[in-house]
Amino acid sequence: MADKVLMKGNEAIAEAAIRAGCRHYFGYPITPQTEVAAYMAKRMPKIEGGVFLQAESEISAINMVYGVAGAGFRVMTSSSSPGISLKQEGISYLAGSDLPALIVNVQRGGPGLGGIQPSQSDYFQATRGGGHGDYHLIVLAPASVQEMADLTIKAFDLSDKYRVPAMLLADGTMGQMMEPVELPDSVDTLKVEKPWAVTGTQKKREHNIVNSLYLAPEKLEQTNLERFERYKAIEENEALYEEFMMEDAEYCVVAYGITARVSKNAVIAAREQGIRVGMIRPITLWPFPKKAIADVTDKVKAFISVELSMGQMIEDVKLASSCKKPVYLCSRVGGVITTPEQVLETIKKTAGGNE
Amino acid sequence: MSEKRFLFSGFGGQGILFAGKFVAYKGLMDDKQVSWLPSYGPEMRGGTASCGVIVSDESVGSPIVSNPNILVAMNLPSLDKYEDSVESGGMIFADSSLIERKVKRDDVKVFYIPATRLARDNGVPTLANMIIVGKIMKELGEFEGDSLNAALKKVISAKHADMLEVNLKAMRLGAEY
Amino acid sequence: MVVFEKPKSLTDAQFHYCPGCTHGIIHRLVAQAIDELGIEGKTVGVAPVGCAVMAYDYFACDMVEAAHGRAPAVATGLKRCMPENVIFTYQGDGDLASIGMAETVHAATRNENITIIFVNNAIYGMTGGQMAPTSLPGQVTQTSPYGRDVKTAGYPVRVSEMLATLEGPEFITRVAVNNVKNVKAAGAAIKKAFENQINGKGFSLVEVVSSCPTNWGKTPVDALKWLEENMLPYYPLGVYKDRSAEEGK
Repeated sequence: MADKVLMKGNEAIAEAAIRAGCRHYFGYPITPQTEVAAYMAKRMPKIEGGVFLQAESEISAINMVYGVAGAGFRVMTSSSSPGISLKQEGISYLAGSDLPALIVNVQRGGPGLGGIQPSQSDYFQATRGGGHGDYHLIVLAPASVQEMADLTIKAFDLSDKYRVPAMLLADGTMGQMMEPVELPDSVDTLKVEKPWAVTGTQKKREHNIVNSLYLAPEKLEQTNLERFERYKAIEENEALYEEFMMEDAEYCVVAYGITARVSKNAVIAAREQGIRVGMIRPITLWPFPKKAIADVTDKVKAFISVELSMGQMIEDVKLASSCKKPVYLCSRVGGVITTPEQVLETIKKTAGGNE
Repeated sequence: MSEKRFLFSGFGGQGILFAGKFVAYKGLMDDKQVSWLPSYGPEMRGGTASCGVIVSDESVGSPIVSNPNILVAMNLPSLDKYEDSVESGGMIFADSSLIERKVKRDDVKVFYIPATRLARDNGVPTLANMIIVGKIMKELGEFEGDSLNAALKKVISAKHADMLEVNLKAMRLGAEY
Repeated sequence: MVVFEKPKSLTDAQFHYCPGCTHGIIHRLVAQAIDELGIEGKTVGVAPVGCAVMAYDYFACDMVEAAHGRAPAVATGLKRCMPENVIFTYQGDGDLASIGMAETVHAATRNENITIIFVNNAIYGMTGGQMAPTSLPGQVTQTSPYGRDVKTAGYPVRVSEMLATLEGPEFITRVAVNNVKNVKAAGAAIKKAFENQINGKGFSLVEVVSSCPTNWGKTPVDALKWLEENMLPYYPLGVYKDRSAEEGK
């Protein structure tokens, strides 16, 4: 067994990325994710072929990512909410050019410059695409430092497999906290051929073009349709979630990332008070684990969406449950984090109101 | 206490995060589940710093320590801010060389340690934090055993291996106070 | 017998450029340089947003289409992951000197080992003739219908002069394609900019003063005359920085 070490979430992302074969990192300083860049700055120069570059802007960083992704190498960038907004142009181009890459968003409160404390208010931006055009990212939401590492590796694999950029959607607590992490010495990652990569023709093949421009509407439509076939396959095969105490649950808390950790305490406390409540924790936010929600919709009396936003994921819970059962929101915003007590109160109120 | 929820607080520069990190590693060495969550942002540069550490037999749910059962207050603003949040029956460790007032609560166990003065008088001026940690370990009955040394080795980088003995000295000062 | 041949580094695709546009000449010069250096198989080009947006169809090497202004950042990524390859960008004035100014300046100051072909025709062509960062004082465009008023629109940017003040870049030069002599000199400069990269010397930018008859509202011949009388005085040709030559290497 590999040695367990205490690591910050941000550092776990960086080390996992390196072990997943990522040798190219481009970033720009922003709290609360700067440790990712700092870690990469320290490690990459010591690794063969390792590249760390502090870009002049978030916009440049994502376009450097675009260049490396076009050449077929594993590549990543990381930032926090305002920086992710700046990257949206490049992310849209990555999606439109079908390039795999990893974008990490360690969320902080917004809108605007917002604050630097943890938030989950970029859910819509992450799960609906974020930039212009019809597209999705594969969005993974870690709820522990171990998952910060594991899902980073998974994100690279899924991104390569489907030629869809992936986003790791964390928040300030996940980035800053330390927990024990076990990292395997060698990571068994997906190796895919990338015949489309622009590595030079070597005069042995026709030239490759990495591009998202199609002036003929029918052709552009075709690329969209083809891409959505892949999205369909992702939705069918890659949705991930965790169930907690759901066997006999009458109420279902839905929460991801830090709020799932907080909610777990509340679910345990509610159970001690005799309330039959459980939790579904989406691990992939896109694809959203619709089936898991749909499957329990007939069994539960109500859902409670716990999130650090004014109510974004709640829409997916409503959609997945076809609005057959009430869905309540339990939230704090602006960098304030819901407490187990607040979640417990919401559970009790929901249970009381439905007796 | 099957779940110890530590809250370390004080000025930036007092080694608050380091003390928390040691306690987290100590838990890890004892095969416990642990989490360590610092406050971050401008307060790291001179204002108040804090970090929450959970050491538990069960997997850690929320890593946020809002009702600690062990509070370390290394300055007055920290005691003012967090005294009321301590769980009834919990413990408060206060650096009495920097905090002149007494703890108001009577449902918690309080330990006054003049850590800053002890550190200065004993030639370890930067290790008031570890003097308090030594006292905590002693009160929890965890001062003996291999995990203490092992944890210290984990938090002190190889580069500063010479700091190991001084840290142990500081912890002993606290334990014996 | 001299046979006129198309460079191998150009595809068979027909250019979409307007009659009299100098992009065709500049494409050809770039392709010739690639041919002469025998680097087609390891060259990756980055196309801009602007008139040359579809350059990816014309160059036979691997190509990437970048977002508007971002070509130097994309090229940085490509070069950093494939240091043995040859990476060039081909950009217009709006792309390079307006929306992409930050990317340009920082690639230059990092002395990023890439080659940039900067086509300066003092106007936004593809969108139909708007004022560019290099449009001249008094120049009438769709968005400066009364002539560029420097009091409100500021002055045109002399990119080569500005970049030459930086410590970073290896080679900055301004050429033009208004006559045979200048075309030849432009070809030599472009080739040198590629050679510099091959030799690991670093950031090399060739600014090519060129014309846009369509959006200037002139015949191709009159456009070249306007270029000579108006652009060249404001944008003097010459080598603005050549570190190796200056250091006697």
